[in-house]
Amino acid sequence: MKRSLLPWLVVAGVLLLLFPLVAEKFYLQLVTKIMILSIFALSLDLLVGYTGLVSLGHAAYFGIAAYTYALAAPSADPANVWLTLPLALAASAAAALLIGALVVRTSGVYFIMVTLAFAQMAYYFFHDTRVAGGSDGIYVNTRPDAIVPGLDLADDLHFYYFVFAALAIVFALLAVILRSPFGRALQGIKANEHRMRTLGFATLRYKLAAFVLAGTIAGLAGYLAAAKEGYVNPEMMAWHQSGAVLMMLILGGMGTLVGAVLGAFSYVLLQEWFSALTKHWQLLMGGFIVAAVLLLPQGLVGLPRLLLRRRGLRSVQPNDD
Amino acid sequence: MIDAVLATDSLTRRFGGLVAVDAVTLSLSPRTVHAVIGPNGAGKSTLVNLLAGDLRPSAGTIRLGVEDITDWPAHRVAQLGIARSFQHTNVFGAFSAFENCRLAAQSRHRSFGRWFVPAERYGDWNAAAEAALAIVGLGGRAGAAATALSHGERRALEIAMALATAPTVLLLDEPLAGMGPEESGHIVALLKRLAADHAILLVEHDMDAVFALADQLTVMVNGRILASGAPDAIRSNAEVQRAYLGTEAPGVI
Repeated sequence: MKRSLLPWLVVAGVLLLLFPLVAEKFYLQLVTKIMILSIFALSLDLLVGYTGLVSLGHAAYFGIAAYTYALAAPSADPANVWLTLPLALAASAAAALLIGALVVRTSGVYFIMVTLAFAQMAYYFFHDTRVAGGSDGIYVNTRPDAIVPGLDLADDLHFYYFVFAALAIVFALLAVILRSPFGRALQGIKANEHRMRTLGFATLRYKLAAFVLAGTIAGLAGYLAAAKEGYVNPEMMAWHQSGAVLMMLILGGMGTLVGAVLGAFSYVLLQEWFSALTKHWQLLMGGFIVAAVLLLPQGLVGLPRLLLRRRGLRSVQPNDD
Repeated sequence: MIDAVLATDSLTRRFGGLVAVDAVTLSLSPRTVHAVIGPNGAGKSTLVNLLAGDLRPSAGTIRLGVEDITDWPAHRVAQLGIARSFQHTNVFGAFSAFENCRLAAQSRHRSFGRWFVPAERYGDWNAAAEAALAIVGLGGRAGAAATALSHGERRALEIAMALATAPTVLLLDEPLAGMGPEESGHIVALLKRLAADHAILLVEHDMDAVFALADQLTVMVNGRILASGAPDAIRSNAEVQRAYLGTEAPGVI
């Protein structure tokens, strides 16, 4: 994490902490959803933006944790967070380990296709079997219980801060890991995997570890999403969902943690705005993403630099316009 | 050959019908520079790729000391202390020169399980990276992105990365390609110093450099060894002269 970014992060964190003081219930829930998707986007950024593995099946790990929670939750009483959360994360991690062990051997477009194929298998497993309510999904009637005195996750305000804490932890964890020798090796693999191998790095192991870590963090997001909505269905792991989180990264700027969060915020807010304008909001969204890719190759996170440079050029060449 | 570090026996690599490396038997001794010369397409780079584990041989064996490393993957070969440089510069373009070498130094240590302490806190690795940059004359360019370096500087960075892995064997594929005379002289002097405690396989077209450096010289033509021996013997070898004078670059030897 660049030092100059730290004050901005603190400001953003404080704004998020204070937001519930002014927000109506609708907006409180909206930002809760956005923070959950930010965690999801951060997990994919570790793969796409830092390790160079473009997964188009990342929703599988989001959905597997959600289903694990829904299936493990008792029917009437709230589930214990400290039992169901580790279980859900373990399920996502195990799925990512199993699938990752196969897919990290491929690269480029093959990697994209194989991750998609495995995610579709998970999707159809839940969609076409009666294991967990088929295409109807399953309801979880109560929010999980964190068994901390004074913390009631059924309360939207408490749940908001619970999700905020999860986002802050994931962000900080990834920032630390990416600076570590392990994280540097991942970035080396993204830059030039062949060179990393010839330097002596067993790159497959690193890619698999990144895949499992990303799957586990996606599982955290999936768990929170299921807990928030009290409902899971196969659409949580549909390829639309994998595509949406990839678009968040493209929009915000991949390869930066801030970009992933910025992408989740802008994607969901744009979606809200466009769908208020027209029911064909996806058309507007598609156009917006295309424009963003063309005009902001580094995503929204690159916007300030782009503006600064443009202004810098003007001041250097005042007569050139 | 007495106490050969790296030795091949009938090493062969086919690409379809083309035999790029054809039954090559050679050995590399400690503290020597073994130069491999030959016209373009002679199979020199393929030989380096085979030795580095980047390509699997079709037949034959490669040994390091007593260990048979014929089928070892590139990263395990590198871990044994066999470092290579590439004919076409192969560095991490967006990273600084320092980070290129720091990663190379990091490769010698356990980093898979090190997730929480910033990489720059490992002082030994930084020191190895800085020393490698300094030795090739890039000490003042540590902070520059690899893409911002001149061609000659990037060639030097290739060598620095190899050195940062603290190797015993260096496989250098045309390290002087595209370098100016001054840079080239600097690298030749460096290789002379490195030969004191490394085994160096040098593929090079610059014959002045080859004859200034080589203790042992192997000439390859069409994947085969045409001649191998002391530089003076090779220089006066009629077959070598014919091969060179007959095909290309008359008068290079």
